[in-house]
Amino acid sequence: MSLLSIKGLSVQIGGTPVLQGIDLEIAPGQITAITGESGSGKSMTALAVMGLLPQGAAARGQIMLDGTDILQTPEAALCGMRGNTMGMVFQEPMTALNPVQTIGAQVAETILMHEKVAKTEARARASAMLERVGLQVGPHRYPHELSGGQRQRVVIAMAIAMRPKLLIADEPTTALDVTTQARILELLQGLVDEFGMGMLLITHDLAVVADVADQIAVMQHGRIVETSATADLLRNMRHPYTKALFAASTHAVQLPEAQVDEPLLQVQNVVRDYPVKRVSLFGPRPVFRALDDVSFTVGRGERIGLVGESGCGKSTLTRAILGLEPVQGGSITLDGAPVLQGGKPDLALRRKMQVVFQDPYGSFNPRHRVDRLITEPFFLLDNPPKGAARDQAIVKALTDVGLPAEAAGKYIHEFSGGQRQRLAIARALIVEPDLIIFDEAVSALDVSVRAQVLDLIADLCRKRPLAYLFISHDLSVVRSITDRVMVMQAGKIVEQGETEAVFADPQHPYTQSLIAAAPKLPELAHAADAL
Amino acid sequence: MIRYALGRFASLVISLIVASIVIFAVVEVIPGDPAAFMLGVNARPDTIAALRAEMGLDQPLIARYLSWVGGMMQGDFGMSWTYKTPVADLIGDRVWVSLPLAIYALILSTIVAFPAGIYAASRRGSAGDTAIMGATQLGVAIPNFWFAMILVLIFAINLRWFSAGGFPGWGNPLAAIKALTLPAVALALPQAAILARVMRSSLLDMLGEDFIRTARAKGLTRRQALWRHALRNALIPVLTIIGLQFSFLLAGGIIIEQVFFLPGLGRLIFQSISARDLIVVESVVMLLVFTVIMVNFIVDLTYAAVDPRLRVRA
Repeated sequence: MSLLSIKGLSVQIGGTPVLQGIDLEIAPGQITAITGESGSGKSMTALAVMGLLPQGAAARGQIMLDGTDILQTPEAALCGMRGNTMGMVFQEPMTALNPVQTIGAQVAETILMHEKVAKTEARARASAMLERVGLQVGPHRYPHELSGGQRQRVVIAMAIAMRPKLLIADEPTTALDVTTQARILELLQGLVDEFGMGMLLITHDLAVVADVADQIAVMQHGRIVETSATADLLRNMRHPYTKALFAASTHAVQLPEAQVDEPLLQVQNVVRDYPVKRVSLFGPRPVFRALDDVSFTVGRGERIGLVGESGCGKSTLTRAILGLEPVQGGSITLDGAPVLQGGKPDLALRRKMQVVFQDPYGSFNPRHRVDRLITEPFFLLDNPPKGAARDQAIVKALTDVGLPAEAAGKYIHEFSGGQRQRLAIARALIVEPDLIIFDEAVSALDVSVRAQVLDLIADLCRKRPLAYLFISHDLSVVRSITDRVMVMQAGKIVEQGETEAVFADPQHPYTQSLIAAAPKLPELAHAADAL
Repeated sequence: MIRYALGRFASLVISLIVASIVIFAVVEVIPGDPAAFMLGVNARPDTIAALRAEMGLDQPLIARYLSWVGGMMQGDFGMSWTYKTPVADLIGDRVWVSLPLAIYALILSTIVAFPAGIYAASRRGSAGDTAIMGATQLGVAIPNFWFAMILVLIFAINLRWFSAGGFPGWGNPLAAIKALTLPAVALALPQAAILARVMRSSLLDMLGEDFIRTARAKGLTRRQALWRHALRNALIPVLTIIGLQFSFLLAGGIIIEQVFFLPGLGRLIFQSISARDLIVVESVVMLLVFTVIMVNFIVDLTYAAVDPRLRVRA
């Protein structure tokens, strides 16, 4: 007898179909994962089960949860079910909690909504639940005092406070670091076992899916294209989209041999301190050491990766290398010249390095056309090309990243996420730099698009010796696109070496824990037997 | 929390010192010698010099500034040159008109604006929302002196429910409140319109936040989510506006005080400027600045009470 049974669910918003003929079953104690790329309808399916479809959405079909059809249930009764029969955990733990209420009060609210109990008893049960989800801090704390992982535990405590029969988790670990992700997934699995809940796990991360789900549903364009038990699906994928999806996420790029002859970027004993709040009125102002004695070299034409969890100093290092902020000790030189001299960046030097950021949309002015956007770095040149030479440069940059020349006349909103990232790379290429810094440049992309962009990045350095500093939290990406890798923890580089050597045989305990925590997609065909 | 409060208090003291220096300097550079002005155009230079000495105008600037500030701290605001009475008494009488008027108007505007803003936000896009937004547009557009005259026309002249102006004093509190009612309504209207709009947009911002979705997933109805989770978060911008409005209501009532013949601070400062009564001008402006800074201090403390994230920041 299944707990949740979705039959023929179709949803339209303003006449546009977003879900079409969804069929899905979840049994108690079972984890069913819905996976697929962005816009495939994963979250919409979850919201439909919660009865929280956006206003203006029209749903047909049947969603039977524990004997009740959600689509036929009036709003008042649904309020009685949400948080009680079904609970939900969301993607963004940083914003999912009310900033002005203590975490204890927010968990207790779930209990008070559904049971007539005294406030003190609800508070006590909330504290117990916070302890159950492994939160180390007391219930009187406010959300802003907690880390992302801790906040996600609070959200989970809120969702399971009434021991719901169904727990829906929408990308619950996407915003978290790998080690935190591993602990949260472990917690969720433990709760499913302990409470006998059914769980609907929504995630784009196939490695997570393969790791924890009993059953997998693959979605594309609002439809479920394939549903199967995890082991079966991994052994025998029937739908071409499923195959493409898994192939893309295990995609290995063909990185050309690096021809390293001379050092390009040299970072020596760099220290970066940020002043923090005074403890006493007089006395010296305390500092936070974001970079602690960081040294490394990137050779001309070398691809080097930088991995580490959020807050470890990756972004600080990027800003220091770009000469955007002064450092308190050590030196950073590019081609032998300091990146920041007398508080002023050297424009001639800046031309030699360019950066590609995570959010392509946010880094482009929406009111300018592409030709203007990608020629922005021309201001770094003493003698920027004009007229026909400029047009040629634009066409070359666009073709280099696999976009048509006509793209020059369009606005940024007319492009997809992957195309925008190509444009960001075109903008970096147009001044023919020696070094490109990729700051989480593929993290926001869907797997298939990410595979294409990674191929492009690998292709570019085949044509001429380009050096990359590839910063990412995603270990598998760094592994495939770099020659050497550095691991950063709390402002220090704890390990660096040949990429394959570090991944195959990590020396530092922190590197070991990172690699152990990262969910891995099994070697498909044969590994499924081992499950 | 205590650190935060102390930090705000330190900035309050610094603001007051800077403000007093600026006010003193500005008033000193206003063209026109007060002594010459008081004695008229035919006064003999030695008479003017004598009056200047009597008023202390011949002292060095620093000495005059220090004696002014020192006096104020002890409640001695000096002697008005035109009224020949202590400035403290002049202000004392008028504060009891302007301050209650400002508070009255603020209460009225809040009472109207909060429900209107909350209603409009909770029924966004409905006819009620559209009507409220239209009304606030009108409220912002109508000049308050014109609205004041319309109020006088309807409620004082035609219906005779209120008197058209004047203030009977606080001997009979009910009569005093009644006399302040029309001016308070006139002052409150545009403020209420602005406040309702801020309340609505701030609430709508909050209703789109992730934690509202979380609250709904816990089983709260839309209404409950709005009242328990959105409202308190939406208060920060609203409090900012209330703080600004109070300052405006206290000092900015000049025109309304003229329309209703109220002996308030606005009229006093207007008359003092015309008469070059520098001591009164300085003192009233300083008092207004002091009030504004105090109100902002209180608003800052209220922020911290509303939002725990501000308590750690000093």
